[in-house]
Amino acid sequence: MQAFQLHQPNSVASATQQRAGKDDARFLAGGQSLLAAMRLGLNSASELIDLSKIPGLAGIKVDGNGIVIGAMTRHADVAASADVKRLIPALAALAGSIGDRQVRNMGTIGGSIANADPAADYPAAVLGLGATVQTNKRAIAADDFFKGFYETALAEDELITSVRFPVPTKGAYEKFKNPASRFALVGVFVAQTAGGVRVAVTGAAGSVFRVSAIEAALAGNWSAAAAKAVRVSADGLNSDLHASAEYRAHLITVLAARAVAAS
Amino acid sequence: MKADGIGARVTRKEDQRFLTGNGQYTDDITLSHQTYAAFVRSPHAHATINDIDTRAAAAMPGVVAIFTGKDIAATGIGGLPCGWLINNKDGTPMKEPPHHILAVDKARYVGDQVAVVIAETIEQARAAAEAVEVDYGVLPAVADTATASKAKASVHDAAADNVCYVWGHGDAAAVDRAIASAHKVSTLDIVNNRLIPNAIEPRAANAAYDKSSDSYTLYVSNQNPHVERLLMCAFVLGIPEHKVRVVAPDVGGGFGSKIFLYAEETVLVWASKRVGRPIKWTADRMESFLSDAHGRDHVTRVQMAMDGNGKFTGMKVTTTANVGAYLSTFASCVPTILYATLLAGQYATPAIYCEVTAVFTNTSPVDAYRGAGRPEATYVVERIVETAARDMGLDPAEIRRRNFITTFPYATPVGLTYDIGDYHACLEKAVKLADYAGFPARQAEAKARGKLRGIGFSSYIEACGLAPSNVAGALGARAGLFEAGEVRVHPTGKVTVFTGSHSHGQGHETTFAQVVADRLGIPIDDVDIQHGDTGKVLFGMGTYGSRSLAVGGTAIVKAVDKVIAKGKKIAAHLLEAADTDIEFKDGVFRVAGTDKNVPFASVALTAYVPHNYPLDKLEPGLNENAFYDPTNFTYPAGTHICEVEIDPDTGKTEIVKFTAVDDFGNIINPMIVEGQVHGGLAQGIGQALLEGCVYDKESGQLLTATYMDYAMPRADDLPNFTVGTHVTPCTHNPLGVKGCGEAGAIGSPPALINAITHAIGVRDIAMPATPERVWRAIQSRA
Amino acid sequence: MTIHISMKVNGKAVSADVAASTTLVEFIREHLRLTGTHVGCNTAQCGACTVHVDGRAVKSCNMLAAQASGAEVTTIEGLASANGDMHPMQAAFKEHHGLQCGFCTPGMVMSALELKGRFPNATDEQIREALDGNFCRCTGYQNIVKAVKAGLAA
Repeated sequence: MQAFQLHQPNSVASATQQRAGKDDARFLAGGQSLLAAMRLGLNSASELIDLSKIPGLAGIKVDGNGIVIGAMTRHADVAASADVKRLIPALAALAGSIGDRQVRNMGTIGGSIANADPAADYPAAVLGLGATVQTNKRAIAADDFFKGFYETALAEDELITSVRFPVPTKGAYEKFKNPASRFALVGVFVAQTAGGVRVAVTGAAGSVFRVSAIEAALAGNWSAAAAKAVRVSADGLNSDLHASAEYRAHLITVLAARAVAAS
Repeated sequence: MKADGIGARVTRKEDQRFLTGNGQYTDDITLSHQTYAAFVRSPHAHATINDIDTRAAAAMPGVVAIFTGKDIAATGIGGLPCGWLINNKDGTPMKEPPHHILAVDKARYVGDQVAVVIAETIEQARAAAEAVEVDYGVLPAVADTATASKAKASVHDAAADNVCYVWGHGDAAAVDRAIASAHKVSTLDIVNNRLIPNAIEPRAANAAYDKSSDSYTLYVSNQNPHVERLLMCAFVLGIPEHKVRVVAPDVGGGFGSKIFLYAEETVLVWASKRVGRPIKWTADRMESFLSDAHGRDHVTRVQMAMDGNGKFTGMKVTTTANVGAYLSTFASCVPTILYATLLAGQYATPAIYCEVTAVFTNTSPVDAYRGAGRPEATYVVERIVETAARDMGLDPAEIRRRNFITTFPYATPVGLTYDIGDYHACLEKAVKLADYAGFPARQAEAKARGKLRGIGFSSYIEACGLAPSNVAGALGARAGLFEAGEVRVHPTGKVTVFTGSHSHGQGHETTFAQVVADRLGIPIDDVDIQHGDTGKVLFGMGTYGSRSLAVGGTAIVKAVDKVIAKGKKIAAHLLEAADTDIEFKDGVFRVAGTDKNVPFASVALTAYVPHNYPLDKLEPGLNENAFYDPTNFTYPAGTHICEVEIDPDTGKTEIVKFTAVDDFGNIINPMIVEGQVHGGLAQGIGQALLEGCVYDKESGQLLTATYMDYAMPRADDLPNFTVGTHVTPCTHNPLGVKGCGEAGAIGSPPALINAITHAIGVRDIAMPATPERVWRAIQSRA
Repeated sequence: MTIHISMKVNGKAVSADVAASTTLVEFIREHLRLTGTHVGCNTAQCGACTVHVDGRAVKSCNMLAAQASGAEVTTIEGLASANGDMHPMQAAFKEHHGLQCGFCTPGMVMSALELKGRFPNATDEQIREALDGNFCRCTGYQNIVKAVKAGLAA
């Protein structure tokens, strides 16, 4: 791996300070995407700021009608959390389906969301549940957070500290795995929330997105049949080695229907 | 049966070191004054190399030396050899363009090595390799098998149409007559998808030169160290063989990909003398994807002619095989000798003709991968047989029964003579184990749940135990294919066995010890197996083609028998009897019909402390070696039955049951044999469902160059397999064994694809049968 | 840039100044010369490099040594008892022929061990899913599943 400087700050303030003004510095959370990309030469950084020594960034708390998950909480801990399993079982299941066992032991929710990989699972939960991303500067609504291909609303020196997931009335996540990478070829999160029905799709386009047609269908009739009856356009969806846009469009309705059935 | 002898499920001797982290793989070996190499590889599929500027790289920290193809060519070093000559139909030889160990004028595939950087650390070597500036002139690439011979670009000037050879085998006229007079001709156009072997241990090498003895030691992750040495010394570097020791230590899987002499280790040996220090190179996984020899990659049309009863009357096969950018060590024989000769399968088809066009492309070299030619042949035969059954309205088991060969020896129309087999027995046992009779009910039940259920057969045969050297030689082999073994009995009666076979997962250290312990009547713990070191083992042709036990094991048996023969003479002297009166059984030499006896260990001691010994007639010592050259191939065969359930909404295929009944002849260690079958099945199922090497047809870029894009079978992709055996002992080796390493990979892909096409009612589906392909096939039918 | 790291590896305190970019597996293999942990892919897929960090199975090729500073690390070399007797999970792999070439084996055993206590009566399916981070090219996994089942029960 290319040489870099490593900082191991012990506070959010010093972490963001070290990041400020440096184009070529990166926060290191669990590192499961970043380090692999750096080893492949797909990503580089002159400085890495390791967040693992900052106290208080990991942990799961029930907060009113929601769950607050610290940014450095590992996927395995979310998957195993009794609170998450009780209140938002779909989120626990989603966390338990990310990558593989070892990746889940290292990877963090903050890292995953900040990376905004178009095929990652967590963005589907954040958007599907209408979560709020808390940073050192502000609270960002899910609908405002994901901006495009590996792009988020985060400023350069802005660090996610936690994510708050409101408990939905119903919710489920269905993922069709890419057989090679085990990322989502398509993943669909459906939820009945206080703000209405939300359907978020990952893996199918350059960024996680909501499918208003399915949301509208489900708002009137929360049933698998209603979801399946919607035809999703392949326009703008990914076509690659693993699947065509047409197939991905088809899977969106199939998975949305299955998620509704499982919710 | 002896508790640790032939037929026993003995746990493996080698496991303790592997399980405790004490294995010694090539990358684990670090020598004093070690340096590290990194290769500069072409990012282009096809490009002229106009200039290589190494100045900036040479000035980087830790750089010891940089060499380019021109540096190597300037010392008169030629290219890597191809071990098998194939002639065109017109008798002219195949095209063999040079395969430089570092490309000189042109790079011909993405990953082709153009320079090597040697540095104090691996990081320094890699950093400097990135700083080597190569001026490439990008050329149009040829990357599609089917159209390579019509491409405008030429991979090699010497083969303007990209054709390496056009080879024919069998009686074309007889087949044409059979087709013309057939009741029915079934036709199928199929592709055998290209695979990347992916042994989990990446290739690695560490070469050291010793000036005081002017000799070299090469540690290399390789399946046949003596062949490696022979090819490297005699055909490339011109170094006398006795000056090179090749050690293949623990090797983390091969599957064929580590048979070949590769450029990297050859460069390391060459360079080790120039830098005067050991040089280590270990591929990273992307290098493995790019530079390991790939497998399969055939495009085929097959026609099967039948009479009104579904009896096969003739088969015609036309194949285009991709050999990649250069001819790798056995590239030429895989799609010919190891392919067309197997096209009779288990059937008494009277006339068969096969024509193979081998094409060069701007892709990694293609060579033997688990099964090598025989999976491709089986795929052709078993797909067309199943298709023929459907075309004739016959049950797939029934059409096989009507066509099976039943009398042995049987000479096929494609040049092999099967010594023995019982194809009906394997089929009927598999039909029973798979509960074929219950399939219609299961299919109906699945349909009620909205699922599509299908079942498919594959009755494969393979030619293993490679090979009778004279037969191979007549077919173009440029090397012998015997095996060597040595049995060294120590004064205490303990035994060290040296074998030219190499174990990289097959468990030779256990199986071979079982054979020797059984034959000598001594405990298995008294027998150690040594392999993988040309400095210890007298000679060897190595491990591939399921040959280790049938050929290597037989060589050991022959050496053991020589030990027993000499032991009888010593015992006769000790027991004051005639040699001919001595029997050897259960570790004891005995005068026949008496209780006068002497145990094996006492005879061994006497051989080394020859105080009371016939020194006038017999040399002291008890150490024998043997070379064994088989008289025929062995013919493992069996029937695999696969049952699948498909989700029509997503196209996802689930294997609900996989049954394999194999005839491997006698079995030394059933536990190990089952493990080999499981592993082979996983690779065959991987080919059929998950794995596919994809090049961009225009640019020749490898699109599946990491595990993010190349789907490896994981534990949750596979079912538990139901395996069984039926035994007809091989007639021409003393153990009666046939070989089991490749059967799973050979038999399973057509069984799986036959099941999928059965479930969804289509004629063909491309491998890997990804969910999208299956879904599309279902849509096309709807 | 070098960085000072210290950790416990197989119960033994170790410390070193290493380049910041040194991965945990590089530290284990190159600095500590514990070569039982293998590198099969470098990109956190194959799992041959799996070790335990504070009791959790992680891919040591995809983690900086510095991230493990202060942690307790267990590698395959740390499982057998001092007299060479194998851990029950290791013994189960031998008994059930859960390995062939041995290259993926250390990572596979370390992954399997982490299941101990979590899946007391694991089904084949649960074990297969739990091993999704480890490739084996030799065994077809069937005997690994058998071995893990026996090892968890032992």
